[in-house]
Amino acid sequence: MTPSHRGLLLSATLATFLVSAAGSGYAQRVSAVELDKSTITFVSKQMNVPVEGKFGRFTVQLAFDAAKPNEGRVQVELDLSSIDTGSEEANDEVKGKGWFDVKTYPSARFVSSTVKSLGSGRYELAGKLTIKGRTKDVVAPFAFKPAGQGAVFEGAFVLKRLDYAIGEGAWSDTDTVANEVQVKFRISAVTGMVKK
Amino acid sequence: MVSVTLGIYMVGLKLSPLKLRLYSWHKWVGITIFLLVAARLIWRAANVPPPPILGPPWQQVAAVVNHWLLYVLLICIPLSGWLMSSAYGVGVVYFGVIPLPDLIGKNKELGDTLKALHETLAFTMLALVTVHAVAALKHHLLDRDAVLHRMLPLVRPRARKQ
Repeated sequence: MTPSHRGLLLSATLATFLVSAAGSGYAQRVSAVELDKSTITFVSKQMNVPVEGKFGRFTVQLAFDAAKPNEGRVQVELDLSSIDTGSEEANDEVKGKGWFDVKTYPSARFVSSTVKSLGSGRYELAGKLTIKGRTKDVVAPFAFKPAGQGAVFEGAFVLKRLDYAIGEGAWSDTDTVANEVQVKFRISAVTGMVKK
Repeated sequence: MVSVTLGIYMVGLKLSPLKLRLYSWHKWVGITIFLLVAARLIWRAANVPPPPILGPPWQQVAAVVNHWLLYVLLICIPLSGWLMSSAYGVGVVYFGVIPLPDLIGKNKELGDTLKALHETLAFTMLALVTVHAVAALKHHLLDRDAVLHRMLPLVRPRARKQ
């Protein structure tokens, strides 16, 4: 291990310590989101078989200060045509009218309303999720974990696809494709240390 | 046979809830065959099979080879299907209740290869089953021996012409 490596490790450890130690006087504040290291994935159940998919393109505007979590804000814009269900056939299908209808509704949007601390690095995010012109309230618990020179927001929530008319007609049959879809997010961010 | 027919039919369907159901049923039938054949092989290993029916040596060899190829295929076809499902990231939940473990990680290219293998093996089996059935009918209708009766006890050997 070179001295510079040791220095990095030390500062990372120090950052972890500073964030986790209550009343230390310093907290992490997000300065930039690293989209290339962030993922938004989902798990749907087809005939009770969990199948994972992901979105290739999205943008995240994020303000978060671990010292003042209640002031945290986030807005996510998701390019629905970047969906990858794992099969070409399904990708074509879900972009169509009966599913996301990406021609009319190219993107989905999440806008946060509140963030509250649940203690020990866990938080609860509430906001409005709009897909296919329909807006519903969503609550998602997430963890804020220091990682290297930044931090990772990791969480998940379950949405009901029929609330947003995702899968109409024959596809509204929830015996084949379940109504519940789990959405998982992992947002990586660069942070700076700020005095509390 | 049902599974092969279902497989050929479902692959050509446009994506629909029915197609998803058929894929699952096809997988359940396949896993059931796999389990039954495994049980059959254990039974065969533990019991002495009846002696072969006399006939020309090439036919006896052909019968033995065909039987063992059928066993190999009846194990390998479901297995390749299971592997393919794992590679495509759409696993098997037996009867919609028991999740079977993924045998390999998600890998689309490998999935395509396994799909080609699964299909080739299935069509090979179709050919061998045809040979097996034609041979059994030949024994029953032309040789009028007890071969078919041995496989299907309800079918009585035909009386020999005088």
